[in-house]
Amino acid sequence: MNDVLDAFPVEESDVDLLRARLAAAAEADGILDVAYRTVDTPVGPLLLAATEQGLVRVAYPNQGHEAVLQALADRISPRVLHAPARLDPVARQLDDYFAGRRRRFDIPLDWRLSTGFRSTVLHHLATDVDYGHTASYGALAELAGNPRAVRAVGTACATNPLPVVVPCHRVVRSDGAIGNYAGGVEAKRTLLELEAA
Amino acid sequence: MAEFGPTVLRVVRAVLGPADADDAWSETFLAALRAYPQLPAGANVEAWLVTIAHRKAIDVTRAAARHAVPVADPPETRAEPDLPDLDLAAAVAALPPKQRQAVAYHYLTGLPYAEIAEILGGSADAARRAAADGIAALRRTIGANR
Repeated sequence: MNDVLDAFPVEESDVDLLRARLAAAAEADGILDVAYRTVDTPVGPLLLAATEQGLVRVAYPNQGHEAVLQALADRISPRVLHAPARLDPVARQLDDYFAGRRRRFDIPLDWRLSTGFRSTVLHHLATDVDYGHTASYGALAELAGNPRAVRAVGTACATNPLPVVVPCHRVVRSDGAIGNYAGGVEAKRTLLELEAA
Repeated sequence: MAEFGPTVLRVVRAVLGPADADDAWSETFLAALRAYPQLPAGANVEAWLVTIAHRKAIDVTRAAARHAVPVADPPETRAEPDLPDLDLAAAVAALPPKQRQAVAYHYLTGLPYAEIAEILGGSADAARRAAADGIAALRRTIGANR
């Protein structure tokens, strides 16, 4: 009696509608711990995730969106839902940024995925290295108060939970080479060219 | 949890019919979201969701019974002979509750009878028998209409 399955067809659009309603109800009840959506950008579809405190994660496609969502469920809360509304302001600012109309992001950030020295590095990066400028790993280590921690700065950038918004793409090697990037070197080049324009 | 959205929708549609299914689905997932942090690691999420859906469906049925208004002429059930799937859905709707639930939980989700027995109460054998009786009744109904 496999026909029983065919007797109750479920369209993906039906479920999408219900999920959207669920996200709104969960948000209203204060039980939507992590809202996420994706946005299409010149560096590929970016996954955005926000807690009630603010933007908590930006992820490139090569980082595996499913894996990132699973990590958020494990580290923050299993109450993770596709809920674009909470991320609308971020999505709008990213659109403006990629269109060259915005030079800094004005959105609340939730820094909980970054701790210790890595967090110090990323905070300095977010405030001290402006649009259109770059800094070497060594210079950033100095800004963070530990000039010898060049490798740790590299790790902080590689594990940046908020790429693009916290601009680790502006950190390059002291010999002028572009260096590595969480989203791939091609993405880093695209962002630096955008900001140089 | 999100991956079971379609399965749970099928189940509540089969158990309740399309009119109340959306509400039961929403209630199920809201309750699941609330309780999710307490769910032990490694638990069978699908069985857990179907258990919640089962309870929510009972709530919906009871609420509907409380608010039921008697009508002079019961609305005609729509018969659409060239669409066998609708025949089958109607035949499922006509099953006694326990058979309908056993058929839905086993054939729409693939849950084993031991899990279904946990949801329905009673033994795994009783759940298997209810599903088998349900399927036999469906065969008779569909056969009679063709």
